[in-house]
Amino acid sequence: MKTWNGNLLSEEISNHIENSVVNSNEKDVYIEVEKIYLVMKFLKETSGFSFDLLSSVTAVDYFDHFEIVYQLKSLITLTKATIKVKLGFGRKNEPEIDSVYSIWKGADFQEREIYDLMGIKFNNHPNMKRILLWDGFPGHPLRKDFVTNSQSMVPDLKEK
Amino acid sequence: MSVKSEPITINLGPQHPSTHGVFRMRVTFDGETIIDLEPIFGYLHRGSEKLAEERTYTQIVTLTDRMDYVSSMLNNQGYILALEKLAHIDPKPRGVWLRMIASELQRIASHLVAIGFLIQDLGAWGTPLTYAMREREKILQMFEMLCGARITNSYLRPGGVFMDAPIQFWDALSEFTEHFPSKIEELEKLLSSNEIIFSRTKGIAVLTAEQAINASITGPILRSTGVNWDLRKSDPYDYYDQVDFNIPTHTAGDNYARYILRVQEMKESLSIVKQCVEKIEPGPVRPHHDETPNLVKPPVGDCYSAIEGSKGELGFYLVSDGSISPYRWHVRSSSLINLTLLKDMLVGTLFGDLFVTFGSIDINMGEVDR
Repeated sequence: MKTWNGNLLSEEISNHIENSVVNSNEKDVYIEVEKIYLVMKFLKETSGFSFDLLSSVTAVDYFDHFEIVYQLKSLITLTKATIKVKLGFGRKNEPEIDSVYSIWKGADFQEREIYDLMGIKFNNHPNMKRILLWDGFPGHPLRKDFVTNSQSMVPDLKEK
Repeated sequence: MSVKSEPITINLGPQHPSTHGVFRMRVTFDGETIIDLEPIFGYLHRGSEKLAEERTYTQIVTLTDRMDYVSSMLNNQGYILALEKLAHIDPKPRGVWLRMIASELQRIASHLVAIGFLIQDLGAWGTPLTYAMREREKILQMFEMLCGARITNSYLRPGGVFMDAPIQFWDALSEFTEHFPSKIEELEKLLSSNEIIFSRTKGIAVLTAEQAINASITGPILRSTGVNWDLRKSDPYDYYDQVDFNIPTHTAGDNYARYILRVQEMKESLSIVKQCVEKIEPGPVRPHHDETPNLVKPPVGDCYSAIEGSKGELGFYLVSDGSISPYRWHVRSSSLINLTLLKDMLVGTLFGDLFVTFGSIDINMGEVDR
């Protein structure tokens, strides 16, 4: 299976959807948060890309912003690609992004998990509620500012 | 005479013997027909992803054991491959062959559990499950020889495996590879053309290929709908490009196809194990600690790496900030994602089909909730 070069893929995307790509590097393409639905629809339905399998969706907290990472695969063209979105600059309480549920149903549980553990809301998701933790759980535990009372296994060794 | 009925909603689980752990479903019935279903997760959530952020890269191997605890070796392999990709570690050939043997044995063990409990859920209490467990036991004993543990193995290390296999292991393995085909045959004679199993599994909870791909369903369930998709072939890792094996597929997409596919996959796994034993050569099983320090510090960056687990695509997404523990550690768990279409598969079927279908999907709650 071949991996799409990020720069090449970003060129293809920005040729078809204006102002959709923020930047790109060898591995990833960074998409504007408002355009994510359009871009994903384009990547799934256009032959040549045909990303029919949404392999994984996850999110990372980088203190000043969040990043959502989509891993796409195509069973038709036998290629894979990584799409990223930066959102929530300035740490808004619950940043929002459009759901890709209506493109791939496989996003259902994964987006709910991101909402549950990272606190990012997905618009137009049919069932946007917590999945692993119970309703009323305080905060979103995978955020870096979530205070745990556990003792770190690597207290002294951790250095930058 | 017409009998008036109204829908009734009941909770199945979390404490229910057929939910393979602590899984809860809120099911609405009209008579005996399922008209609505909602899966409810989280009863085994231990926060592995958060725990991993406070552990060193090597310590995390133990967390992966506890995810899908009937296929620990495969979880180890998935994580270690992602770590090797992130930290640019070159594995030692003997270590790679050993972990391929271990993970293919684990795939057989996991499929045996899946088949045994599926038949148990069908109501064939005892015998078929004992047949499956008897064979699994031999595999677990071999794992004990390899690493001292049966379930929570933690056998793999960055660049290979923890230690070389002892001599007894090779004897046990050759005995196992010799006798296992006859044991599969025995199991198949009992089950594969059994009229009761036909009537309970054929044509029930059918999935089409489009549905399955759209819902990110992978593994045996996807292959039972006719899609030839196996990461060992389509995106080879370790030395899977050097061994010769087939990918069984079926087109029916029903419970029976999922069952029979696992039986065939066990045979393929056994053939991979045999080839690995032929190709393995003496040498170190992991890099010396001058080469790869025990305290791995990958360069800043991220990577996603996936293997074909026993239940589907098992992916790990790691983000490193250059320190000794990951900045973010995410598991793409196939058990959770394979349940996406549970409602669509079950609405319209009868109560008796519920646990058969659930058993044929083959999930593990440790991996669903993590």
